[in-house]
Amino acid sequence: MSTLRTEEMTLNMGPQHPSTHGVLRFVVRADGEVMREAIPDVGYLHRSIEKIAEKVGYHGFMPYTDRVDYVCAMFTNQGWGSACERLGHIEVPKRGEYCRVIAAEFNRLASHLLSIGTMGMDIGAMTPFTHAIREREMINDLIEELCGARLTFNYMRIGGVAWDLPPGWREKASAYLDHLEPILDEFNNLLSFNQIYVQRLANIGIITAAEAIDYNLVGPNLRGCGIKWDIRKDIPYSVYPDFDFDIPIGNGQWGTLGDSMDRYMVRVYEMRESVKILRQALAKIPSGPVLAKVPRNFKPPAGECQIRVESARGDMGWYVVSDGTGYPWRVHVRTGSFAAMGIIQKLSRGLMIADLVTLIASLDVIAPEIDR
Amino acid sequence: METLIHNLVAAGTFGTNSSLVAALVIFVLSAVVFLGVAFPFAGIVSWVERRVWARIQSRVGPNRVGPNGFLQWLADGVKHVCKEDIVPDDSDATLFKIAPYLVVLAFVLPWAVMPFSSSLILADLNVGILYMTSVTALTVVGVLMAGWASNDKWSLIGGIRSAAQIVSYEIPAGLSIFPIVLMTGTLSMQGIIKGQGWAPQHWFIFANPFTFIAANILYVSALAEGNRTPFDLPEAESELVAGFATEYSGMRYLFFFMAEWGNLFIIGAIITALFLGGWQFPHVTKNPVLMNVLELITFNVKVLALVFVSMWVRGTLPRVRIDQLMSVCWKYFVPIAFINMIGTAIWVAIWPDGNAFMGYIMLAGAIVVAVIFIQRVIFYLRRSRMEMYFKPTI
Repeated sequence: MSTLRTEEMTLNMGPQHPSTHGVLRFVVRADGEVMREAIPDVGYLHRSIEKIAEKVGYHGFMPYTDRVDYVCAMFTNQGWGSACERLGHIEVPKRGEYCRVIAAEFNRLASHLLSIGTMGMDIGAMTPFTHAIREREMINDLIEELCGARLTFNYMRIGGVAWDLPPGWREKASAYLDHLEPILDEFNNLLSFNQIYVQRLANIGIITAAEAIDYNLVGPNLRGCGIKWDIRKDIPYSVYPDFDFDIPIGNGQWGTLGDSMDRYMVRVYEMRESVKILRQALAKIPSGPVLAKVPRNFKPPAGECQIRVESARGDMGWYVVSDGTGYPWRVHVRTGSFAAMGIIQKLSRGLMIADLVTLIASLDVIAPEIDR
Repeated sequence: METLIHNLVAAGTFGTNSSLVAALVIFVLSAVVFLGVAFPFAGIVSWVERRVWARIQSRVGPNRVGPNGFLQWLADGVKHVCKEDIVPDDSDATLFKIAPYLVVLAFVLPWAVMPFSSSLILADLNVGILYMTSVTALTVVGVLMAGWASNDKWSLIGGIRSAAQIVSYEIPAGLSIFPIVLMTGTLSMQGIIKGQGWAPQHWFIFANPFTFIAANILYVSALAEGNRTPFDLPEAESELVAGFATEYSGMRYLFFFMAEWGNLFIIGAIITALFLGGWQFPHVTKNPVLMNVLELITFNVKVLALVFVSMWVRGTLPRVRIDQLMSVCWKYFVPIAFINMIGTAIWVAIWPDGNAFMGYIMLAGAIVVAVIFIQRVIFYLRRSRMEMYFKPTI
């Protein structure tokens, strides 16, 4: 009796796959439904953003930073602004810093809402996505009132922010936070504690704390493994020391510590902390100017600096080298999604094809942030 | 004409006339009428589902074509007919072209034994329910054929998933039908419905605890066989692009989805006929035509309520994974279905004519559950915001 001949199947997932969150490509070697390995192939969205910085100058690069991570563009704005300020020794007015934090935390809420919504959609639940998008639209409306844009904000400037809060904006923002808080509970009841949902996420893609550090994971992906590391607390920047907030970490409540469910829940809890920060910031915001005096032809002295901001996808590093001219000599962005892509190949071994989709969603990778 | 109708109503079924020609004419006419109902039904369900789904998701849904977007399904149909019918170069063209028709066949054939009322049934086969389950299983052949012939790996995975899923869930579905067959001693759809009464306590779902579980297992298995969420793995769009339908376009693509929406009616009809009293309606009038109309309405209301539940489930639940799907079937449903069968057999041996007391107890339990459920819904509606209230016409 002859044995049945079987062979491995090579699947190309992406770059136009519906659930690869943009243009990602995975070469999946699969044995039926079970994956042997999924090899991420990055580079489909490379736009030479770091090189562009060397050609457009310090002020001119600000709109380009929006495109590094369009889902939470405020953080890229803030990273670039802070890096230039560090190089040029510019002091940002207190109100400017508060405006930055308010805008950035609203953006974190928007980003996490999108992440949670797409997570549901990747698992097959369509309804949470539209609900999350509905809430995110309101944040977009608020930010639109602030800076005129809904996705690529270009709100911040070197030395502060472009516009002060419009009249009546603080009341609107507070009213929105009152509206959002019960919705977070609603989301948990609708989606997070759904038995099918928990079964799909728990014990899938387990990352141990040591692995997470080895692979340089940052942000919610790192905190999901139980490591309490947040740039806002550990290397404080801007006016974050003024606020009282917690750093939620994964606790393995639903399965093993460091599984997809933990990473997901960290994002859910982080939204509460963002609401907390926003309430304090809206209450405490001082009066004064929002933009420091910065020369139009900004020429920082020669030198280099490294700025770290806690973006929605974790520690975002901006490394800028100045040679004293009006153009940066070198810019490098270090992003969380790129690090997260590295660990997918290791995690994917032995998972099912359906789990790859949830794994990508739980790591919350954004394609433009990987390639820049 | 009137006498003919009268004869038919008196005979109990269509097609039992002595004259062969008349019988053939009746067959063809009724086939045309039934298909004229079945195909637009699938289309209208697609519109209803999109509207219901949109309301669940705080959207508006299609509302442009016709009143409240009612003609959207017709517009979509025309669009799909006008589209180019692409057959991929490397596909097995013959199988690729045949596959959608097989799926549609599996959706059309069950209408032959659909018991709309005491007289309105195309053919009251003495193996009615068996026929129904066997022809609906034809879907798997079509889907597998589509997946294989497309020569696309995503389609192939979708097709294989579908085969595994439908074949597995046939077993608990079949085993859940047996308790009813044990109780009535017949496989005919009309016979099963006639074994029940119009009042809920005489429905088979409340006959004993085992039939209640059987009804639930049958419904979930039917959802799985119909490729509906949470079991829509063969066409899981976030995993397999569009599964077995990835390479299809135009009318052939529409056929798959027409069959899926139409199958909702068949799922509902099976459950209604077996467990929810079918067309049973109190004898309020002696006029047979009026009586049949009332029964037709009763049957359709029950079925459409179940169709709505399927849409609701689709708007609510995430999708399970393939191994979870299989373990639910083999580790839970199949053993429970076997226990059900044995339990019902014992029950029937003890109370051959059924236990009337049990019907009342189970009905009371069901009413309590329903009241609690409605209270929860009202609680959440009160808590929700104004813009989320249901506005049927936007």
